[in-house]
Amino acid sequence: MIEILSGIFLLLGTLFILLSAIGILKMPDLYTRMSATTKASTLGIGLVLIGTGIYWQDFGIASRAVAIIVFLFLTAPVAAHIIGRAAYFNKVPLWEKTKTDELGERRDTQQK
Amino acid sequence: MSFIEWAVQASVIIIGLSILIIFLRLVIGPGIEDRIVALDLLSANAIAFIAVYSIQKNTTTFLDVGIIVALLAFLGTVAFGYYLGRRQKHD
Repeated sequence: MIEILSGIFLLLGTLFILLSAIGILKMPDLYTRMSATTKASTLGIGLVLIGTGIYWQDFGIASRAVAIIVFLFLTAPVAAHIIGRAAYFNKVPLWEKTKTDELGERRDTQQK
Repeated sequence: MSFIEWAVQASVIIIGLSILIIFLRLVIGPGIEDRIVALDLLSANAIAFIAVYSIQKNTTTFLDVGIIVALLAFLGTVAFGYYLGRRQKHD
């Protein structure tokens, strides 16, 4: 029973990881690529690690899995923000169908 | 072959396939930012691969490696972002 639950978690997480890989290949510009990969890969790795923790049924393994999950959930948005901000000010082009660009409309960022 | 063995086998194959797809973006990526995003995602996939591999090989030692890889990936991405910002200032 535990093994079936763990296998379901593993397969769900793997599906999200595959989706993030397809997203980084198919999305049209850098910002949509980052949007696809950050969310999907964080969720996928969280599910895979939950499946691993359930499978071993051991406190040490579960605490390691939870530590990795918490660390990823804390750092993935920060890293994506840093890369996205640096890329925007380096004038990486937006997708031509982008509707809103709130950072570009602010006056204090236009001088840079 | 029980369900968990089948699931682990399928997970290893699919995560390996996604690592190959990300390598494609790492090679063709138009700018350096795309390559940094691809590297970040690559190390995230390495963590998931380590977790699944520890079930397949029936050893729990590899999960410590996952913590270290997560730390190093974050530090590497922050360092790359810092130098991207500096490059823009000096132009």
